Amino acid sequence: MSEVVSFKLSVRQSTGHSNCGVLTAFSAASASVRRGPGAESLTGPGLGKMIHSLFLINCSGDIFLEKHWKSVVSQSVCDYFFEAQEKAADVENVPPVISTPHHYLISIYRDKLFFVSVIQTEVPPLFVIEFLHRVADTFQDYFGECSEAAIKDNVVIVYELLEEMLDNGFPLATESNILKELIKPPTILRSVVNSITGSSNVGDTLPTGQLSNIPWRRAGVKYTNNEAYFDVVEEIDAIIDKSGSTVFAEIQGVIDACIKLSGMPDLSLSFMNPRLLDDVSFHPCIRFKRWESERVLSFIPPDGNFRLISYRVSSQNLVAIPVYVKHSISFKENSSCGRFDVTIGPKQNMGKTIEGVTVTVHMPKVVLNMNLTPTQGSYTFDPVTKVLTWDVGKITPQKLPSLKGLVNLQSGAPKPEENPSLNIQFKIQQLAISGLKVNRLDMYGEKYKPFKGVKYVTKAGKFQVRT
Amino acid sequence: MPGAGELLLPSSDSLASPLCSGRRPLSTLLSIKNLLRKDTAYNPWSVSFLAPLLSFLSAKHSHISAKCGPMTRHDDLKEMLDTNKDSLKLEAMKRIVAMIARGKNASDLFPAVVKNVACKNIEVKKLVYVYLVRYAEEQQDLALLSISTFQRGLKDPNQLIRASALRVLSSIRVPIIVPIMMLAIKEAASDMSPYVRKTAAHAIPKLYSLDSDQKDQLIEVIEKLLADKTTLVAGSVVMAFEEVCPERIDLIHKNYRKLCNLLIDVEEWGQVVIISMLTRYARTQFLSPTQNESLLEENPEKAFYGSEEDEAKGPGSEEAAAAALPTRKPYVMDPDHRLLLRNTKPLLQSRSAAVVMAVAQLYFHLAPKAEVGVIAKALVRLLRSHSEVQYVVLQNVATMSIKRRGMFEPYLKSFYIRSTDPTQIKILKLEVLTNLANETNIPTVLREFQTYIRSMDKDFVAATIQAIGRCATNIGRVRDTCLNGLVQLLSNRDELVVAESVVVIKKLLQMQPAQHGEIIKHLAKLTDNIQVPMARASILWLIGEYCEHVPRIAPDVLRKMAKSFTAEEDIVKLQVINLAAKLYLTNSKQTKLLTQYVLSLAKYDQNYDIRDRARFTRQLIVPSEQGGALSRHAKKLFLAPKPAPVLESSFKDRDHFQLGSLSHLLNAKATGYQELPDWPEEAPDPSVRNVEVPEWTKCSNREKRKEKEKPFYSDSEGESGPTESADSDPESESESDSKSSSESGSGESSSESDNEDQDEDEEKGRSSESEQSEEEGEKKKMKKRKKVPEGQREGSSSDEGSDSSSSSSESEMTSDTEEEQVEPASWRKKTPPSGKSAPAAKEISLLDLEDFTPPSVQPLSPPTVVSTSLAADLEGLTLTDSPLVPSLLSPVSGAGRQELLHRVAGEGLAVDYTFSRQPFSGDPHMVSVHIHFSNSSDTPIKGLHVGTPKLPAGISIQEFPEIESLSPGESTTAIMGINFCDSTQAANFQLCTQTRQFYVSIQPPVGELMAPVFMSENEFKKEQGKLTGMNEITEKLTLPDASRSDHVVVQKVTATANLGRVPCGTSDEYRFAGRTLTSGSLVLLTLDARPTGAAQLTVNSEKMVIGTMLVKDVVQALTQ
Repeated sequence: MSEVVSFKLSVRQSTGHSNCGVLTAFSAASASVRRGPGAESLTGPGLGKMIHSLFLINCSGDIFLEKHWKSVVSQSVCDYFFEAQEKAADVENVPPVISTPHHYLISIYRDKLFFVSVIQTEVPPLFVIEFLHRVADTFQDYFGECSEAAIKDNVVIVYELLEEMLDNGFPLATESNILKELIKPPTILRSVVNSITGSSNVGDTLPTGQLSNIPWRRAGVKYTNNEAYFDVVEEIDAIIDKSGSTVFAEIQGVIDACIKLSGMPDLSLSFMNPRLLDDVSFHPCIRFKRWESERVLSFIPPDGNFRLISYRVSSQNLVAIPVYVKHSISFKENSSCGRFDVTIGPKQNMGKTIEGVTVTVHMPKVVLNMNLTPTQGSYTFDPVTKVLTWDVGKITPQKLPSLKGLVNLQSGAPKPEENPSLNIQFKIQQLAISGLKVNRLDMYGEKYKPFKGVKYVTKAGKFQVRT
Repeated sequence: MPGAGELLLPSSDSLASPLCSGRRPLSTLLSIKNLLRKDTAYNPWSVSFLAPLLSFLSAKHSHISAKCGPMTRHDDLKEMLDTNKDSLKLEAMKRIVAMIARGKNASDLFPAVVKNVACKNIEVKKLVYVYLVRYAEEQQDLALLSISTFQRGLKDPNQLIRASALRVLSSIRVPIIVPIMMLAIKEAASDMSPYVRKTAAHAIPKLYSLDSDQKDQLIEVIEKLLADKTTLVAGSVVMAFEEVCPERIDLIHKNYRKLCNLLIDVEEWGQVVIISMLTRYARTQFLSPTQNESLLEENPEKAFYGSEEDEAKGPGSEEAAAAALPTRKPYVMDPDHRLLLRNTKPLLQSRSAAVVMAVAQLYFHLAPKAEVGVIAKALVRLLRSHSEVQYVVLQNVATMSIKRRGMFEPYLKSFYIRSTDPTQIKILKLEVLTNLANETNIPTVLREFQTYIRSMDKDFVAATIQAIGRCATNIGRVRDTCLNGLVQLLSNRDELVVAESVVVIKKLLQMQPAQHGEIIKHLAKLTDNIQVPMARASILWLIGEYCEHVPRIAPDVLRKMAKSFTAEEDIVKLQVINLAAKLYLTNSKQTKLLTQYVLSLAKYDQNYDIRDRARFTRQLIVPSEQGGALSRHAKKLFLAPKPAPVLESSFKDRDHFQLGSLSHLLNAKATGYQELPDWPEEAPDPSVRNVEVPEWTKCSNREKRKEKEKPFYSDSEGESGPTESADSDPESESESDSKSSSESGSGESSSESDNEDQDEDEEKGRSSESEQSEEEGEKKKMKKRKKVPEGQREGSSSDEGSDSSSSSSESEMTSDTEEEQVEPASWRKKTPPSGKSAPAAKEISLLDLEDFTPPSVQPLSPPTVVSTSLAADLEGLTLTDSPLVPSLLSPVSGAGRQELLHRVAGEGLAVDYTFSRQPFSGDPHMVSVHIHFSNSSDTPIKGLHVGTPKLPAGISIQEFPEIESLSPGESTTAIMGINFCDSTQAANFQLCTQTRQFYVSIQPPVGELMAPVFMSENEFKKEQGKLTGMNEITEKLTLPDASRSDHVVVQKVTATANLGRVPCGTSDEYRFAGRTLTSGSLVLLTLDARPTGAAQLTVNSEKMVIGTMLVKDVVQALTQ
């Protein structure tokens, strides 16, 4: 019944600061935005800990949702945040923790939204940051995306979720499986059914998971097709220097699981070469002791999608770098043009095709335009952000893709000091670059035979070539 | 709750009464409120009686005010809320919540909303709750209307409703209901449902913030909830504790060990809170692990490297490192301190960055230097997380890397900067890189910096130049390289870069000015181009300070500056005055006029600082007629040698704030920050943490123990901390001792103990007088246990033993207890055997080791688990001896030999197994199984090992070490541990030789899944009392004639199940006690045997399945 919330959404009234200069529309309702000077003094110091209030702010600086778990904190507290935002120039550089006279603001930036929480007393900042990300994850999980539109459309569910996730500023239920039992995610079918039958989206019994010692799994799961899929995704983080030698490389991997199994399956996943995993972090469902003693991942999984482990293959091991780049970028002194020539080729690709290759370059500010010809794929150059994107596609060793051409510089400006570095994205299917291999998956506790699958992908993570 | 809504709020028309006209309702309302105020303290229920009336009144009241005032908005919503249709109500509530979400004021709807508080539709109800919590504070009177509904909700059979009623009730910030809240919290704290108890814990800080006078009562509730054993409650109650009474550290003592042990199962948020509380706790209760280190360590670098090694080798080396310590210093870590460190370590693997950080700060603040290194890896991992997480982690790493540089050195490259990092991250990484730079890695670091200098991000470049400056000051070797590099930067096109370089060069030059005249000249030339004030000021200062190195250029610079004086920035002007004064003092011939000119200009400057400075300088350097006293010292004043500035990190000394805290991040004390206390000079009494629960150790002789204890042992405990050790404390022991001796007087028949006595004789025969006290201690222990069933026959042979044990007196006692507490786990390993021949066998082996030639059978390869304690080693040897004493072994090993692999199926390899009933050395939760191999083929069998086990959930196997070769006709024994997880499911595994694989399975009889426990009669009764009802299984049986004697009964029972005999007052009753190996649940067995043969068997155990099966097995054994 989300369409009920269809009346006009008001926009935050101009709060005196002039950030962005973007719209500050006035609606009739905005007059009721309370910004009384007394609001701050409602909450004296020492009034409880942890998270006090949450404000959601979009890119243009509108506060489009607020939630208070204790006394109300006036919206005007966000002015300090806007101030910091203005100072930082770039959204990425807004400090996550801001100190104001009466409060502390801890914020995260996710999907073009700022989640700004108001704190009154000492609290581990990571605790709050972690929680805010968990909130964003939950929205993502419920609405498919964590965007302003999605949140506004589902504002009631959002409110119900926030109410369940935090009690008096302390996290209460954050496991997706439990939340989904308490508050059902919106689906079109359900909203139709609910409007006819008058039933609600809210569960009326305590999710069994809350009380059991496996709070992450909901009870009474039933599927006709029982499936368990694992995606082993490895990302190569690397810095390649000018000469092509590797300054730093390591592999960051995750195993994401999609498990749709009935009942209470007890799984154990073993690897052919578990010693490869240098540093592992686990989903709480994993039995740590078994891993310690046998290097087997043994767990009762949550229902649905979740991240089983993330791991790192240390930089001490040699990391195979699947691509190489030949580049020559030069800017002529006292001339308004430069040359740009980049060729990309496969290297140590273990016989697999490298696909989805994209090269992104942040060009210096003096670059006005670029006239390039790619032998393969297409390129775009955004003259405002100065970002060159070259969508290469697949690399075939027979004909190496290259991008050549001229760079137009602002005339009269000094030539750029530094050549821009190239950020490369690629993907290799059916390969885990570290060589990690899943040995087998066993299931105990249930009788049926599940369908099992493992997929390997290698991607470029933060893969940077200095030029 | 049928019709709660209607009951609460009579429809306003039907009840229209003369009361509600004019101002009357308001005054009535007030008087009722006053009444409430007085009354609630005594009888909170009166609220619920008054509420309907009150609600009715207030509805009228608001109605009136709505009519009078201009507030006619939201009429449609009010109408919708007043209908009987849930769907309309729901829609209205959704719209109202949407208003609240956008920060719009919906408070005028309060009366309309509040009457739906008892609505049956759960979603409407929840949304009403949301509304209530938001506006109750503003409309306190009206909010009272809802209270009775919540009070009813608190009694609801559905735990979710109880909990949410309490949640909302406690969230309504209306001071008048404080007594009701208090009562509700108290009741909920003893609710059956842990979820409700958790909610109660959450409600405590809410009430406290509402009325801090309730503190004392709340502390009582906290104390009660702290004792709660469920993980669900633990995090929330510690949070409440931290908020209400963080100073009451004494409340934690009794729960300390429990919290440590529960920690891993608590949800992530709770873990963070508990860990940070325990950090503070540990700082007040334990001694600093580093207190003596500084004295003994000549070279602090050593520790750094030590920590790296440690890390590389993994957890095993931790012990080694710890073991190395005591040899050098008397410091001994409190086992509880160790417990905390050990139990938090796995949490470094948590997915939650907050938990990892919490553990990291705990290790940083509490762990010995050598162990802190383990956190580095986890922290580096977090650098892959969201940028906010990176930001916080890097701040902490920056602080840590100053104190413990070696810790992060292996991860240097992880801090390399990418051009895509946000600037704030770049600068933090730079900070860390600078902290980590040392003699060896400086070339790499500088090469990296070189790349950074060319970045497009100018703030970052400036920071890099600063960083280079710091490297140059810290590492003398590269000072010149850095300086040259910086000088090269002076020709950079970017002015900011040049300016920053100048500032840094200035600082560097101050260290060794004499050698760098050239650079100063170069800088002097720059004054023509550089516009950045700070840089100009720096150059002027340099020239003035070292004018003797550039005697010819200096006056010229002053000339130029005098020319442009009026256009300069203030800081530059000040430096011009400075330069003029210095030159006047050194070279007055050339600069006298210039100086006077500058001073005159400055005299009329707009800035009073500059005017002031000019006047002051003039007086000082140009001697006037009368005052010459100061000007004689002018040279000393201006040209005194100045110490070079120390370039240091802004993160230095930030670790006086607890790491990971908000205060640390802000580098300022945040509201409510609690200082991390300093280590105490002397450790407070550690016995406060002892708990009088049987399974937890009473550490009474800790002082004595401390003298000898080595962390070595405490580390080798494996999983079980001191808290888990069996009840082998001296007190209860002596208790049982005395009891048994009194029993012996009572004349309990003891024919059944004949057997053991023979064993004992045997062992005594072998024992020599020169037993070491440790063995004696052990033996004495054994003695005590034996005395229990032995009864009267404590004459002849056993006298010797008791004599020797008593003669060993106090000291022995000490060593005994010492052992127990130092390594309770290994004691536990020793204690479980049924108190008969298994320990006897061990003793023999001990003696063998001491006094006899080594056993003839070559020991098998050492146990798979690296045995870390002496005890474990000895056990390993014991096993090899067991084939030598089959007569001893056979009665022990419960089910006798069983076939695992027949020699035909095994192509000549025959494998049997027995349950040895000895504790498994690697893991106390494992059942140890002896596997006997014999080769009846005519070829040697090679490479015998266990292949991939295919195990049901929870079951795990500790494989035996590979047997390299078994020659024809030979047989050997190996031992393996199986954790059956308290189930009788079979453990299937493959037995592999070089050529073949055999699928085998071991299914344990239920009796082998437990280990004996020794307890007194009283304890037994007490425990039995706790395990009644569903946990009690009773079976009637008739004993055949053959098995009516005590001896036979006891033997049969102990053969069936690995239980320990418990002394018993009545002769017809037999009691046995044990614990299941994996979960440690008690298994109590009572056999009430009448002389007629009728008997009743009772088993009490939490594990009902085990209980049932055990009854079946024992009945079968007895009736056969």
